[in-house]
Amino acid sequence: MPTSIVREEVQRLITGEAGQLVEVLPSEEYQDEHIEGAINIPLKRLDRETTSHLDKTRPLIVY
Amino acid sequence: MSPRAAWRLETLGFTEVYDYVAGKADWFAAGLPREGRLTSIPRTGDIARRDDVTCRHTERITDVIKKVREAGKDTCIVTTDGWIVLGRVRIDRLDADVQGQVGDVMELGPTTTRADTMIDSVLERLNSRNVDNILVATSDGRLVGTLYRSDAEARLNDGPAEDSGQPLDDESCCCCKD
Repeated sequence: MPTSIVREEVQRLITGEAGQLVEVLPSEEYQDEHIEGAINIPLKRLDRETTSHLDKTRPLIVY
Repeated sequence: MSPRAAWRLETLGFTEVYDYVAGKADWFAAGLPREGRLTSIPRTGDIARRDDVTCRHTERITDVIKKVREAGKDTCIVTTDGWIVLGRVRIDRLDADVQGQVGDVMELGPTTTRADTMIDSVLERLNSRNVDNILVATSDGRLVGTLYRSDAEARLNDGPAEDSGQPLDDESCCCCKD
């Protein structure tokens, strides 16, 4: 079950546990502005192929 | 949208999935790093000075006056241990023989602006109210720093920021409550 987290935990996961940030908003919104280091996979395109390059052994944070 | 994405990722075999529900609006409001084609637009969090003197409401006023003077400032921002802004103490407005705790004399609820607010809109607000600075806070009320009008003007003009470190007088200092 996914865990809801707050900003401080996001920072801790990124810096301390090599967390991966994924923005699931449409690409237009991502291109306008996104969190530094985040990648974009829009929700509608979230499948096995588009997530194949993500590391399943590391934390994954979505927003 | 992110809860659905988090669930979807779990069904795809990811075992450690977190949902940052507050998302990038919260991140930007805290003045944290961002990327993209709009990042060149300056925000309050980009130029807020992060050298405010802070104190707790339970501290002795005499101790706080000393701390503020040693820092070359005239104001102490009263926060919780988690940096949530509660009030402000301007030591030049205190009686010479004041005693007690900060909570007894602090001004409650100083006006703040969010760290992701565009500078031009804040500058307009400062100009219309004829104030020289405003506190910058996150969306959950945590102190980021203080935005000075001179810094905002300099940034919009692409010039170097002027030092507005002089103590604020009654007319120029930011005021309380929207």
